[in-house]
Amino acid sequence: MREKKLRLIITFHTTTAAMAFEKYCMANGLPGRLIPVPTSITAGCGMAWMAAPEDRPALEEAIQKDALAVDALYEIVH
Amino acid sequence: MIYLDNAATTYHKPQSVIDAVVEAMQGMGNSSRGSHSGALKAARTVYDARCKAAALFGCSDPSRVVFTSNSTEALNIALSGLFAPGDHVISTDLEHNSVLRPLYRLQAEEGVLLDFVRADRQGCVDYDDFEVLIRPETKAVVCNHASNLTGNMLDLDQIGSICRKHGLLLVVDASQTAGCIPIDVEKTGISVLCFTGHKGLYGPQGTGGMCIAEGVEIRPFKVGGSGVQSFSKTQPAQYPTRLEAGTLNGHGLAGLSAAFDFIAETGVEAIHAKEIALMRRFYDGVKDIPGVKVYGDFSTDDRAAIVALNIRDYESGEVSDELSENYGIATRPGAHCAPRMHEALGTAEQGAVRFSFSYFNTEAEVDIAIDAIREIARL
Repeated sequence: MREKKLRLIITFHTTTAAMAFEKYCMANGLPGRLIPVPTSITAGCGMAWMAAPEDRPALEEAIQKDALAVDALYEIVH
Repeated sequence: MIYLDNAATTYHKPQSVIDAVVEAMQGMGNSSRGSHSGALKAARTVYDARCKAAALFGCSDPSRVVFTSNSTEALNIALSGLFAPGDHVISTDLEHNSVLRPLYRLQAEEGVLLDFVRADRQGCVDYDDFEVLIRPETKAVVCNHASNLTGNMLDLDQIGSICRKHGLLLVVDASQTAGCIPIDVEKTGISVLCFTGHKGLYGPQGTGGMCIAEGVEIRPFKVGGSGVQSFSKTQPAQYPTRLEAGTLNGHGLAGLSAAFDFIAETGVEAIHAKEIALMRRFYDGVKDIPGVKVYGDFSTDDRAAIVALNIRDYESGEVSDELSENYGIATRPGAHCAPRMHEALGTAEQGAVRFSFSYFNTEAEVDIAIDAIREIARL
């Protein structure tokens, strides 16, 4: 199993928003990858973006600058 | 077989479309159902197809492209989700049953009020009639972009500006034009564009969709699995998930995505030019043959590449069967699911033989079809 540590988790309302976010990050060299949304955030299913907490400023800047459709940002041990 | 029934479905598909479906079927998970590599491959494929559809139709937000199994499903979703009892809807005589039957059902079961802009014997409408029919309860105009029987096109810019002026929704059935006639939903003011993947887009059957304008709220036609917000008792409110309950046709959409690439690389204008040139060659070859009557307006090339005709008083089904059995030419006889159009043309009883052309047809095929008509008309 992967080592648990503090991570930045970004959630989305839809898979389409997650796909758009992934495409944006890959095109702009932003860090992270898609994972199943952690159950500590929601008991539902879906995808979330996982990155390191230190990547938060760069990702937040992109979300604001290009109005990327995200639900919420969390920092949790995952 | 010489296939001239492309208004029903295009028979010859680009190899890239076939390859994409095969590749997807050799390894693809379920879009929006997990984040393992197979599921992500599906989700990325579907999202790419969304982006390409948005680009082709001038829709700036790919999340407002909803995938369906065809135009009929898209139209049912749109029409059942937009109107309430007492709403008034204007449609036209040019429509296919995919528009008519949902509207008639709404009329019978929901108390939606209907009026139709009439077509003349050439299958043309008077655009002033749209405004004449508007009343305080009018909510929308629902119309096709081109008739599947005559190929006559409606001027969506003109109808769009009427809808804008009166604050009406515009729902468009682009079954015969998506991929072969330029469409810009935002510029034209189309509220909901419904398209199918397997005709002019050259994609697989079982694919289609809709582009929904900003501010247009459609009640879900079906609810169920979405892969997100699973503990919510209601369907997610956000597009496209709102209207896409259940597993999508991922394999088909992989093909449709490749089809969008084919359209983009070839060019909608180039496709239209080739199809119309084939249609003109056929039209010019048959229109003066004694006993042949061609339906529709051929005064402009702003039309779909369709020629509907009859020979004398021969039943259209017999002519079509003759073409198939003795000449190996595939056409479509009968009513073409367009009852009002046939009534307007005066062909409700005889039907008509429809020839419809694709980018992959050839002049040689057209010439064989002309010769066949000439021979049958001589019999």
